[in-house]
Amino acid sequence: MTALPDFWRADRGLRSWLLTTDHKRIGVLFFIGVSLSLLIGGVFALLLRLELLTPDRTLFSAATYNKLFTHHGIVMVWLFMIPAIPATFGNFFLPIMIGAKDVAFPKLNLASFYVYALGAIVTLVAMIAGGVDTGWTFYAPYSTVSLGRVGLVATGVFILGVSSILSGINFIVTTHTLRARGLGWFDIPLFVWAIYATSIIQVLATPVLGLSLALVGVDHVWGLGLFDPELGGDPVLFQHLFWFYSHPAVYIMILPAMGVISEVVSTFSHNPPLSYRAIAYSSLGIAFVGFLTWGHHMFVAGMSTFDAGLFGILSMFVAIFSAIKVFTWTATLYGGRIVFNTPLLYFLGFAFLFVFGGMSGVAVATSSLDVHWHDTYFIVAHFHFIMVGGTLTGFLAAIHYWFPKITGRGYSERWGLVSAMMVTLGFFFTFMPQFLLGNAGMPRRYYSYPDRFQWLNVLSTAGASVLALGMILTVGYLAAAIFRGDRTGANPWRSRCFEWRVPSPPPKHNFAEPPVWQIGCYAYDVEDHGSDDVGAKEAAS
Amino acid sequence: MNELFRTLLGLPEQASTVATQIDYLHYVVITTALLGATGVAAAIIFCLYRFRGDAATENHRGPSAPFWLELMAVGGLLGMFLAFWLVGFRQYMTLQTPPADAIDIYVIGKQWMWSFAYPDGTVSNVELRVPAGRPVRLLMTSRDVIHSFYVPAFRVKQDVVPGRMTSLWFEARRPGTYDILCAEYCGLSHSRMRGRVVVVPPSQLGDREGEQSGDLAATGQRVAAERGCLRCHTVDGTPHIGPTFAGLWGSRVPLISGGSVVADGAYLTESMMDPLAKLHAGFPPVMPSYFGRLSAVETAALVELIRSLRDRGGGDEPLAPAPTGSLATPTTEVPR
Repeated sequence: MTALPDFWRADRGLRSWLLTTDHKRIGVLFFIGVSLSLLIGGVFALLLRLELLTPDRTLFSAATYNKLFTHHGIVMVWLFMIPAIPATFGNFFLPIMIGAKDVAFPKLNLASFYVYALGAIVTLVAMIAGGVDTGWTFYAPYSTVSLGRVGLVATGVFILGVSSILSGINFIVTTHTLRARGLGWFDIPLFVWAIYATSIIQVLATPVLGLSLALVGVDHVWGLGLFDPELGGDPVLFQHLFWFYSHPAVYIMILPAMGVISEVVSTFSHNPPLSYRAIAYSSLGIAFVGFLTWGHHMFVAGMSTFDAGLFGILSMFVAIFSAIKVFTWTATLYGGRIVFNTPLLYFLGFAFLFVFGGMSGVAVATSSLDVHWHDTYFIVAHFHFIMVGGTLTGFLAAIHYWFPKITGRGYSERWGLVSAMMVTLGFFFTFMPQFLLGNAGMPRRYYSYPDRFQWLNVLSTAGASVLALGMILTVGYLAAAIFRGDRTGANPWRSRCFEWRVPSPPPKHNFAEPPVWQIGCYAYDVEDHGSDDVGAKEAAS
Repeated sequence: MNELFRTLLGLPEQASTVATQIDYLHYVVITTALLGATGVAAAIIFCLYRFRGDAATENHRGPSAPFWLELMAVGGLLGMFLAFWLVGFRQYMTLQTPPADAIDIYVIGKQWMWSFAYPDGTVSNVELRVPAGRPVRLLMTSRDVIHSFYVPAFRVKQDVVPGRMTSLWFEARRPGTYDILCAEYCGLSHSRMRGRVVVVPPSQLGDREGEQSGDLAATGQRVAAERGCLRCHTVDGTPHIGPTFAGLWGSRVPLISGGSVVADGAYLTESMMDPLAKLHAGFPPVMPSYFGRLSAVETAALVELIRSLRDRGGGDEPLAPAPTGSLATPTTEVPR
């Protein structure tokens, strides 16, 4: 058989990368971008944890500390977590998983990357040229009177939002129009459903973020006073606008991770999901109800009691959709032939962080409890558990799961397990103490704190150190594997999912001819799965 | 049991009347969360061990569960969440509804200090002095950016927003000193914007029940005279250049711009500071702004004066100035 050159080798030279319209190469470019962002945001996080080792000044002044936590939040949310999985693995695998040779608008896809790069550069330049100290939430009227570079950072985040919308539109149109012949909506892999639901949120919610940031920028630069009560504005209006985007945004982060987990669980248990439709529909349910819960960020902002009750009860429904997914994943393992390895260990970490983080979400949606916890470290711990823990473990599971597909090589399973343990336990010990700090009443964004909070802060910093070591280790053995890992072949996990039916790494246009798949992507009950499996063909020839 | 859970979870002491019942809900919800997360993790570990195998050597139909079981699991969970919500929302309503006999104290947040103005006209910074065993309502606003008034030991918190009047109430159970923290990030010294609630036995503050707001209304009489309010406003129900104070509190004020607004503390304060914002129909727009000219205590005293005149209808009441002593007794009809 004639082997097509893989996408790494199909074209050569820097120019072929910078002007590529291949969705896989764009995915790789995005991966480099979000990985650098994770590194920068992670360094900020470690500096914060070092400062908090002592109740007063350790390394920085209060002004520097306030900028550090703001920059940490902005980099992690907009430069890393929003694009982390959709723009990288979504870009790389969505077209392959539906049997397309590329996304619907390949040039728009490349434009999305350059818009992201521009937004990232503007944001980082603003941080170097003075930075901002408003917190990543930009709450007015502080953000309108703050002396930092609010306008420039808001511009950067605005540009990043444009990139997010462009990717979202591309994925929606691709899923609708480019599915392979005979591939119905309920035949596509669950990861595609997750990316599809995410894209809907990106397209519908991000404009509101752009709007509210533009208004803050106008307020800050020209003193229009939309959110400034001295000029007749209303600061609480900003919170409504901001959370109308930023609450759905947490589902932009977590839904793709859920999609990864759905794939990992089925592949490594060699079982079809307990209920395909439950997972697919709950993704859409989360995307929909996620738009109706923003007010639970404002229980003590002065909203009416009725509104607080309504937003509380709506928030409970998001938890139900998430619980359906957890039940389904766990039950999918039952009766399987499970091969235990690094992605599954990340699934285990994901499950604990996600369930406890989610249940602490139910806890803070319970209005009377939220009054005590609001704006304390309990909230910090809650959203790091569910949103960051979920996204980060999902991202790392995706890296390990698809590493052989993207690079064609395997990594050291032993180091994978060790670092997965370190990352998960490090994460747990970073944020479990913060739940207790919140219970004890330590507000977030505190540069100095009462002495009685110190031992929990020290424990948290210790956990963060283990987490950082785990991440460094991961970079180390994966970098080694890129150059020296063993060749793995098309389907090392013996998955039935569609992306494993193309060679590793995939050729430039994914398929030599448009695929017609006879066997479903979770058809682990079918005897002969070799008919359209490249791996089997290779083995036979 | 309560003490055990409270210590394990690192919660501060339960120093207000609402704290204990809120903590009980806390224990139930958090214990459920921990059991749920551990249970799921244990189920996964069990499956990973029990169903370990090599590659897909057999064919798998995959697991299945009867529909009624899935429905029960989801329905049961939803029922539990709704129960949490119901109990929590009832407690939240309690937190939002101050008792009618609460003492009012005005609170101003500014970068980076708390100020308090008491019914007797005194003020304090940083330290809030309240009696034990009496409900206290704080009427709060901010001079600059958003702050959040937080007393962990009372389990209460409320954002303090510029341009708005928000309120919060608590009843301290026993004398002691408790931290006030600012929970909403407010700039450079956010973490040092701390204060103390000093709860004293009721006897130490003097048993001034009944005369407390009387003092403030009397101060209001003096302020109204000194600051020239009475040149345009009357206290006997007669309209003059401006609307009369008598019967104004709680009434619905027609606006020149159309619509109407209830004359509550927020509206009255706004009208003193920004008189042109919501003009009373039928009166000329001649009132000057008192922004920066009235102290917080004076503003509070004027509001209290107007409130004390709430039962004085126009016209058919005696025209003599109100005897301040008798107006003071708080009644349960105060609109809250």
